[in-house]
Amino acid sequence: METPTKLPPSSPSSPTTGFSVPSAEKVDGFPRRSMRRARQRRSHSSSQFRYQSSQVELTPLPLIKDAPVAELHDLFCKKLQQCCVLFDFLDCVADLKGKEIKRAALNELVESVATSRGVLIEPLYPEAIKMISVNIFRTLPPSENPDFDPEEDEPTLEASWPHLQLVYEFFLRFLESPDFQPSMAKRYVDQKFVLQLLELFDSEDPREREYLKTILHRVYGKLLGLRAYIRKQINNIFLRFIYETEHFNGVAELLEILGSIINGFALPLKSEHKQFLVRVLIPLHTAKSLSIFHAQLAYCVVQFMEKDATVTEYIIRGLLKYWPKTCTQKEVMFLGEIEEILDVIEPSQFIRVQEPLFKQIAACISSPHFQVAERALYFWNNEYILSLIEENCQVILPLVFGTLYRVSKEHWNQTIVSLIYNVLKTFMEMNSKLFDDLTASYKVEKQKELKRERERAELWRGLEEQQERRLQSLGEASRNQKNLQEREKNSKNEPENSAANTT
Amino acid sequence: ARRCASPAGDKMAGADGDDSLYPIAVLIDELRNEDVQLRLNSIKKLSTIALALGVERTRTELLPFLTDTIYDEDEVLLALAEQLGNFTMLVGGPEYVHCLLPPLESLATVEETVVRDKAVESLRKISHEHSPVDLEVHFEPLVKRLASGDWFTSRTSACGLFSVCYPRVSSTVKAEIRQHFRNLCSDDTPMVRRAAASKLGEFAKVLELEYVKSDIISLFTALASDEQDSVRLLAVEACVSIATLLPQEDLETLVMPTLRQAAEDKSWRVRYMVADKFSELQKAVGPEITKNDLVPAFQNLLKDCEAEVRAAAANKVKEFCENLPEDSRETIIMTHILPCVKCPEVRLNIISNLDCVNEVIGIRQLSQSLLPAIVELAEDAKWRVRLAIIEYMPLLAGQLGVEFFDEKLNSLCMAWLVDHVYAIREAATCNLTKLVEKFGAEWAQNTIVPKVLGMANDPNYLHRMTTLFCINALSEACGQEITTKHMLPVVLKMSNDQVANVRFNVAKSLQKIGPVLDSNCLQAEVKPVLEKLAADQDIDVKYFAQEAVSVLALA
Repeated sequence: METPTKLPPSSPSSPTTGFSVPSAEKVDGFPRRSMRRARQRRSHSSSQFRYQSSQVELTPLPLIKDAPVAELHDLFCKKLQQCCVLFDFLDCVADLKGKEIKRAALNELVESVATSRGVLIEPLYPEAIKMISVNIFRTLPPSENPDFDPEEDEPTLEASWPHLQLVYEFFLRFLESPDFQPSMAKRYVDQKFVLQLLELFDSEDPREREYLKTILHRVYGKLLGLRAYIRKQINNIFLRFIYETEHFNGVAELLEILGSIINGFALPLKSEHKQFLVRVLIPLHTAKSLSIFHAQLAYCVVQFMEKDATVTEYIIRGLLKYWPKTCTQKEVMFLGEIEEILDVIEPSQFIRVQEPLFKQIAACISSPHFQVAERALYFWNNEYILSLIEENCQVILPLVFGTLYRVSKEHWNQTIVSLIYNVLKTFMEMNSKLFDDLTASYKVEKQKELKRERERAELWRGLEEQQERRLQSLGEASRNQKNLQEREKNSKNEPENSAANTT
Repeated sequence: ARRCASPAGDKMAGADGDDSLYPIAVLIDELRNEDVQLRLNSIKKLSTIALALGVERTRTELLPFLTDTIYDEDEVLLALAEQLGNFTMLVGGPEYVHCLLPPLESLATVEETVVRDKAVESLRKISHEHSPVDLEVHFEPLVKRLASGDWFTSRTSACGLFSVCYPRVSSTVKAEIRQHFRNLCSDDTPMVRRAAASKLGEFAKVLELEYVKSDIISLFTALASDEQDSVRLLAVEACVSIATLLPQEDLETLVMPTLRQAAEDKSWRVRYMVADKFSELQKAVGPEITKNDLVPAFQNLLKDCEAEVRAAAANKVKEFCENLPEDSRETIIMTHILPCVKCPEVRLNIISNLDCVNEVIGIRQLSQSLLPAIVELAEDAKWRVRLAIIEYMPLLAGQLGVEFFDEKLNSLCMAWLVDHVYAIREAATCNLTKLVEKFGAEWAQNTIVPKVLGMANDPNYLHRMTTLFCINALSEACGQEITTKHMLPVVLKMSNDQVANVRFNVAKSLQKIGPVLDSNCLQAEVKPVLEKLAADQDIDVKYFAQEAVSVLALA
């Protein structure tokens, strides 16, 4: 389908009279300088540079590979310190020499930590972590586009990426090095460090988030003491995202990490983990930007089910509670997730949720949006789901029959109508007796429903009349009381008045 | 159970005659209907149901049901939370208002923020209807339970309830409440700390001054240096209330260190908050501290590396300048504030508040120091900035006089006529009219008209059309003589333009300037041209020529 392309916000309103030409740039001969400048300014952003008080001039150090073994560690350390100098990347011509020296030094550090053994000795740990912290930890700049829509808009890229990338690369190689000693690292990679690392996941730059994802995964894998803390802080980030800001760029990446963490949970599941599922993962489905991380979220949910089938009911009831009411796009996603869940559901669990679930599925089938109806009807093409339906036909058919019957007669979309006929046919073959009974009683049921409807209207009318009467009598009562009071007051006043008159 | 004794309760019960008509089961069925929308409708009419049941059955049957079955769609819960805030009379008046606490307590613990907030709002509302005794017996224990709940939602809700019960309880209970608030300020989850920080100012206001100094200041200091910037920025808000409560001599030691630190926070969000609350802060700390501390802080915010912060600060320039002590106002503005004005957002904000700043210091002085900025902004890359400047030209021109204008600003005004954005060209045209109204027809003839007419020969048809638009706008202000002698010939000549858009705009222009011309001229010069255009091969040209002929009554 064609989606209208959005105009850039800075674009001027085009002339409205007869001479409006779409590609005015070529025709009108006006200089377009402002447009060009505006575009350049929008693509990069960085607030990293500000905290450097005075700029240091860098001088190149000898190469690591040429260093004699005795001086190797000392040189490595010096290079790390050199890389703590930050540069202004918003000004792309500032201090090019310094930038090049740092880039070369970072490259050497990456190379050396990745390939040579025995480099990582204890005194280097604090220096390495300091260099990493100084470079990557920063308050992320305000988004250039406050209504940033990750699906539509181009992300703002980090201007200092040429250095930042190498710092991340170094960090990753450092963690993955066979010489890496968690017992030494844990003194420097502590809770505060992890918290700052997690905050960076809000970066708009997808390249940065990709590195962070791999790095956090390694930290989680190697530093066992931080695991619970990392999980707790991810919870906090998600809860803030769900209930406070609705904005966090790294939800998909964090979920991806969690996907593999859930896989490793011990059985039986700790209550902490169940709480995470019920109070964090399920409510994440309410997010407006669900489409960006839905695949990862659904994966996590299914992982939980495969770990422990008893959480199935929480999941399904949770999804039903948060079922989208107005956003059909999200409804299709929910249906997709339900199918993924049903693919691996245990039949005993299915029975526990089939009733509310198929009521919702029936509601989807009667959706006027054909994609929603179609997605729901596709369930009948799934062999495993079909077998579950067949086993529980006595319960499910009465739940959906009315809807199928009605929608087959009145849906505007022919594809949906023919899909429904197929479903009805399947049911007929499954249990023709039940099918005939339902067909026969359809009209009676309809009548009963109408009757109930009338009774309800009657009840409310009665209630409202009664309310009216009571409010009236209350009003009267209070008026009477007021009159009474006034009369009392008057009678009290009277003697005074007469006294006043006599004097 | 107590019998209902309040007069209102008696009346309601007295009118209850027919309540047995509605068994609670039927009503509850309505509240449980499968269709959410129907359920929602029923909840919204909960007061009708309560009225039907009467106060006693509402207390003994309806409220327990509501308390037990709180698991529903958030929409329904939201409606319920709202309803219960207005339920006091329906349960029998203030004496029984505590019956409403259990359902509201559950609602204050749900996940969804809007429901929780509404429940807290209703709780705050009905807290005032509690007698002091009931407040201690029923309400305060609820606050304590919420404050020590194990999921963050209930603790968050508790933060909003301390300040409503604190003023009306005994001193022992007060001490407990302070302790609970302290705990929540250092809660493990940032969500709760944020909630506590956002209520810090409100809570400080109901505390005795000694406890503001002993308790609140330490909490404030701790929250303002929290590890999360979302907490720190809320402390800035509290700073305003706290500073207002303290006597002047304590501000320097108790508040200023934290405020200084916030103005230089490494997170732009915190600095933004300081900028955004600047006028309030300024008023709260008084003139002396403003002079010594806030002026430099404000300077830094105006020069901040993030545009968001600079823009927030720039928005406050007007109020900040107005609130400066009069004796040092002008010096501070001229030596500290104006030089900071570097980036377009900041300047634009100053210029759009020009008339207000003008009241504080003279326009001439201001224009002198702003002139470089005006010239630069006149060519700013963003057209909205240029547009804003154009709108201030008539004001500047009026204040500065012809001479200064011709010398410094005239060329800018002419350059806008050939801007590549239509909105700017249009505004520039309109601007010319206003200038002519100020400076007179003679000035127009000497300075503007030749330049405008010169554009009629431009190779770019959009520029040629600008000539026509200018003539449309100027003819009335310039009068008959200039229009007939100078403008009309150019318009008539342009009727031969090869671009149809120019030609039909000639027709439109003739229609526009016709009323300024005398009838001889209309008949002799305008009519033939319009007749020629009315036979043009382009349909639009024909249309507008015919329209002009009929409007000018030349047929």
